[in-house]
Amino acid sequence: MKKIISGNEAIALSFGDSGGVFASGYPGTPSTETLEEVARLGEVYCEWAPNEKVALESAIGASIAGGRSLSTMKHVGVNVAADALMTLTYTGVNAGLILMVADDPGMHSSQNEQDSRNYAKFAKVPMLDPADSQEAYDFVRAGFEISEQFDTPVMLRTTTRISHAKGVVEQTAKIQPKVGEWVRNVPKYVMLPNFGKIKHVEVEARLLKLQEFAESSPLNRVEMGDKALGIITSGVSYQHVKEAYPNASVLKLGLVHPLPMNKIREFAGSVKRLMIVEEMDAIFEEQIRAAGVRVDIGKDRISLCGEVSADIVRAAAGDAVAKSAAPVEGLPQRPPTFCPGCAHRGLFSILSKLKAFVSGDIGCYTLGALPPMSAMHSTICMGASISAAHGMAKVNEIAGRTEKPVAVIGDSTFFHSGITGLLSMAYNKSNALVIIMDNRTTGMTGGQENPGSGRVLQGEPAGQVNIKDLVKVLGVEHVVEINTYDLAATEAAIKKGLETPGPYVLIDKNPCILRYRVKKPTIAVNQDTCTGCRACLKAACVALGLTASGDKPKVRIDPNICNGCGVCSQLCKFDAMSEA
Amino acid sequence: MNVFNIVIAGVGGQGVLMASKVLAESALKSGMDVKQNEVHGMAQRGGSVISFVRIGDKVSSPVVMPGTADILISFEPLEALRYLHYLKPGGKVVYSRVTINPSTVASGLALYPADVEAQIKAKCSNSHAIEALSIAHEAGNAKAVNMVMVGSVMKSLPLESGVIEGVVAELSQGKGVDVNLKALRGGAAAA
Ligand SMILES: Cc1ncc(C[n+]2csc(CCOP(=O)(O)OP(=O)(O)O)c2C)c(N)n1
Ligand code: SF4
Ligand code: SF4
Repeated sequence: MKKIISGNEAIALSFGDSGGVFASGYPGTPSTETLEEVARLGEVYCEWAPNEKVALESAIGASIAGGRSLSTMKHVGVNVAADALMTLTYTGVNAGLILMVADDPGMHSSQNEQDSRNYAKFAKVPMLDPADSQEAYDFVRAGFEISEQFDTPVMLRTTTRISHAKGVVEQTAKIQPKVGEWVRNVPKYVMLPNFGKIKHVEVEARLLKLQEFAESSPLNRVEMGDKALGIITSGVSYQHVKEAYPNASVLKLGLVHPLPMNKIREFAGSVKRLMIVEEMDAIFEEQIRAAGVRVDIGKDRISLCGEVSADIVRAAAGDAVAKSAAPVEGLPQRPPTFCPGCAHRGLFSILSKLKAFVSGDIGCYTLGALPPMSAMHSTICMGASISAAHGMAKVNEIAGRTEKPVAVIGDSTFFHSGITGLLSMAYNKSNALVIIMDNRTTGMTGGQENPGSGRVLQGEPAGQVNIKDLVKVLGVEHVVEINTYDLAATEAAIKKGLETPGPYVLIDKNPCILRYRVKKPTIAVNQDTCTGCRACLKAACVALGLTASGDKPKVRIDPNICNGCGVCSQLCKFDAMSEA
Repeated sequence: MNVFNIVIAGVGGQGVLMASKVLAESALKSGMDVKQNEVHGMAQRGGSVISFVRIGDKVSSPVVMPGTADILISFEPLEALRYLHYLKPGGKVVYSRVTINPSTVASGLALYPADVEAQIKAKCSNSHAIEALSIAHEAGNAKAVNMVMVGSVMKSLPLESGVIEGVVAELSQGKGVDVNLKALRGGAAAA
């Protein structure tokens, strides 16, 4: 039966159909739905790991124990898992292992735009790059076969437009999962230098064999058409190419590392102009040029930044694109913001007021960096809030500055990589304040479970980490619980934390209102008392709005949107707001 | 049939994705090829959302290029104006008249333009405003705005209304079936 599903759903479905036994990942757009779908399908064991390194290492263990395994993450997750990956490539696998990585060209929801194909080159592992949901489905099966045939982990790379775009998929016959032998093989799995040296030679030999495989594999196919223009491409770029030039000759790469250089040379020789269409880095182009093949159009005409589109392909080849009216300029932007009722709102309205230096992290709370709060001054990667604040604190100490930096981090991010930073703070005696927003979910990526939420991926009950106890065990003496819905009390607690020397931790435990569907009574504005001073608008809540009435516009609250957190009413100096 | 390009715009939380799903499934049921794509993630928190549904004999790219959309369905007037350039010459825009303040307006950093509807009319001769919220209320749920909007364009799509109704019934649960079908028909009647 034909289904219309996303690339992520296709990977999940195929994992179950291809004898998959174990899956572990960490949420991250655009990869998240893959594991959620494995859980929904309910056929194969799967779990959220606290971070990507743990996820990949668990998949390695599963493979050694004889089960086909899958690890899922977003592009930056591979940075976290890279330590495992770079030696996994030496040990190889027992049962097949796929590392699914979802790139985000165009940065729809990411902090950078790295191209994971670099990792395939770096780790010398094969990488598959599906061009639609059907290929995403098929490439899981192919990936396990390659993994086991060549004794290598396989990277399955998607991009946002593959992971999230829906297309038609037909399933193939199901392979029943079977668990193989749990092998003991010291020279293969214990990477002491002596064994590693042997393994490195094997890795290089494996790459040559894979190259041979790439030359003849149907994963790389030539679609010969008009020979005036020949295009080498892969992934979603292939779809843009077909859209732009339905009749051009195309060499479509499904296995994007290692490259089938003979096939490429032959294709290049049979067309008049050779164009390479790839999103982000010039991975194909650099290798193809280095092999001495003439490239007529490539990264000189297609940006290294952002996504490719059919229009970009046509423009690069020097052809006209459909005329469109210019977008209307000067419209108010509609950036994302804290949900009405979110506990982060109260915290950031205080941090904004106190003008503290906020060392931020990655989660919904990063939106506190946007105006009018503008209360976050650095955000690098998951976990960096605490460790960077520590570095700041030490330099402040050296410079004789008494001001304490404030690190803000969410529960999921704290479990991911904040704990070690806090350990360093306690160990190295940091003069910093850390605020942990424990809303018991991984909010930004859509509300996934985590070790503090009390449930596992499938929704079944699990143990719940007590962050306060954990922080104490790490060696932090001052740990205080706060309630960010109470602005005055929160302000007092933060001030105390800033005045007390040494590491100091505040924890807010209000749940994510979106994930836990919290609905509180709405607030209304008394139009007679409202002076139109706009103090409440600092709450940056979409339920608030100015309505012209008389000479000065007054504030109204949309009762369909308000979630009664009371932050705006506490900002009001004229007592104009109360429960509706 | 050549590819028919649909763009659906709105605000995070308005049900743009559900509307897209209804259209995509209806196309599949009608034996067509389909690609559907939206960008989620940050868009959830009240941000601007845009979704593409492309249907036809054979669809390659999941992305609609500016200047090529046959129809733009917007759940909010400002978002209709924001994405109006996706329409091809002669393309049609249908939008819900209820405004939702962007966070920039709500926090006093910008003003909601007073003449959004007039600007849409001036730029597109084939524009239609729908009282989607009141129709959704009548159907029994303010959240059914997305179904009202699908209903309002039903006759302009290369899809049978009966097929769309069938898919809506299939995808809705319990009491939602009646509400959604009422909303769909209410939208169709208002178009
Ligand atoms: C290494 C890495 N993995 C995953 C992500 C995707 N990601 C962004 S924010 C986030 C977690 C946010 O959860 P939490 O810290 O609990 O804050 P909340 O959003 O709930 O406020 C994740 C997983 C990332 N940016 N980097
Ligand atoms: S999803 Fe949760 S944490 Fe994120 S902004 Fe909304 S309420 Fe806050
Ligand atoms: S309008 Fe005020 S009380 Fe209601 S959710 Fe927004 S900030 Fe909270």
